[in-house]
Amino acid sequence: MAAGSPQGVPARPTLAGHAPAETWGPDQHHAHCEPEPHPAFAPADALFSARSVWLTRAGRAILQSVDIDIAEGEILTLIGPNGAGKTTLVRVLLGLEKPDRGTVVHKPGLIVGYVPQRFAVDRAIPLTVARFIELGRRVEDEDAGRALADVGADKLADRQLSELSGGELQRVVLARALVGSPGVLVLDEPARGIDFTGEAELYALIGRLRSERGFGVLLVSHDLHVVMAQSDRVICLNRHVCCSGVPRSVAQHPEYARLFGAQVARALALYQHHHDHRHDLAGEPQTPSGSASDQT
Amino acid sequence: MAEPFLMRALLAGLGLAVVAAPLGCFVVWRRMAYYGEAVAQAGLIGIAVGLALSVNLTASVLAVTLAVSLLLVALSRQQLVPFDALLGLLAHAALAIGVIAASLARGPQLDLMAFLFGDIFAVSASDLRWIYLGGTLALGALIYLWRPLLSLCVHEDLAAAEGTPVERVKLVFVLVLALVVAMAIKIVGVLLTIAFLIMPAAAARPLSETPEQMALFAAIFGSLSVGLGLFLSVSFDTPGGPSIVVVLAFIFLAAIFPAVVRGQR
Repeated sequence: MAAGSPQGVPARPTLAGHAPAETWGPDQHHAHCEPEPHPAFAPADALFSARSVWLTRAGRAILQSVDIDIAEGEILTLIGPNGAGKTTLVRVLLGLEKPDRGTVVHKPGLIVGYVPQRFAVDRAIPLTVARFIELGRRVEDEDAGRALADVGADKLADRQLSELSGGELQRVVLARALVGSPGVLVLDEPARGIDFTGEAELYALIGRLRSERGFGVLLVSHDLHVVMAQSDRVICLNRHVCCSGVPRSVAQHPEYARLFGAQVARALALYQHHHDHRHDLAGEPQTPSGSASDQT
Repeated sequence: MAEPFLMRALLAGLGLAVVAAPLGCFVVWRRMAYYGEAVAQAGLIGIAVGLALSVNLTASVLAVTLAVSLLLVALSRQQLVPFDALLGLLAHAALAIGVIAASLARGPQLDLMAFLFGDIFAVSASDLRWIYLGGTLALGALIYLWRPLLSLCVHEDLAAAEGTPVERVKLVFVLVLALVVAMAIKIVGVLLTIAFLIMPAAAARPLSETPEQMALFAAIFGSLSVGLGLFLSVSFDTPGGPSIVVVLAFIFLAAIFPAVVRGQR
């Protein structure tokens, strides 16, 4: 996958002064951004910690020495172009996939709420919303009801899962992830396929729940430049961690506020990439020192 | 009352219908119809082995269906040949080997039809014991695994992330499937076994709001088809297993008809 263009990013308004397409371009060099120094051991308050994770599938290096930590109560947004290994990294962190090398450590007793990418409903299985939620962690009936109320979907409890719209289904899957007081929520591209208003609503909801309950959030975003405003940290992944930093609030830019409306602009933020290296067409990083890895 | 052979046929069919109902639902939900077909057709090799060694046929069939299930689990680890092609290949290779082996074991006068389409009226008291013992075991395992199995049918990754031991549950499920297939072969034969599993479940789907309802309706349809099929078989002197399957086909058509008319997706 070529890293030269932000593929898969839906057509969105490009604003003067914030031209997203070029920020990612291989021929642009930003000032060197300080890569976060990762301690050799996981910090004591880390919910998840991955160290030196390598993963190769079908001869293709998907993850190359990835280090990542999620602190308690932190909202960490993970971005990167298509094929950057975001979903694979999430699967490794969740224990769904074994890395070839490296370690993944969960805080003992950590309960993980997971919202997978593209939740396809199987119409062959008759299933009500309430039943779907109870299929997750074993809960009391009122827990399921409360989780549905939390995401504003309490009216859906008796509906068939297959009758829900895309937005309703997304809330229901989020409700299932909220059951049983998770210590961390992992959401894989929850805003893919919904518009900015829906995205802003979702981010506001996640942000509010995080403030109330203090769980950590790992949010994979499909957009390279517009992220959740409440992100404490943004990590840009392209097989390895390219850079990380904090997003800048969109609300400070009057033209965004005009375009999206104040409500939406408050929930979204811009992330400026600071890459100190380029990727060749195969997506392999070319570091300034010239130690490019093998192309496959 | 009825002739003993008819009573045994009815008891065997009803016992199987009750076990096949929840199992068939999972076969439908997990898209394993052709998987079951391959395992069932491999059962013919088990029959041949049993005839050659003069051992209990249900035992030899069970040994082969279990072995083939594990072989399929192993073969599914590669992705060069798609799994459905693999199943088609294995099902027919097994059928060919089974037919040759059975005729070698028993000579040309062997009644192959009885093995391909079952011989429910030849069910013996010992067969009945097998069916009820194996059926109780299979039903118990399905009830025990109901929740994790259902969860991984709905979304495997989500189930795994929530801590369901997905691989172990899947393994136990294929073993239970092999057990029930081995029991069903005596009654409906290697070619109709999978029909007896999936048809009641498929007919139950349009009427069901919950997974449990679907299993319950499947059990009712399965039992109904056994009773009606046997009655038709005795009345019109038609083969037992195929008569049951024909009744099931009509029940399915009647159940799915409203959804077809409404164009319900």
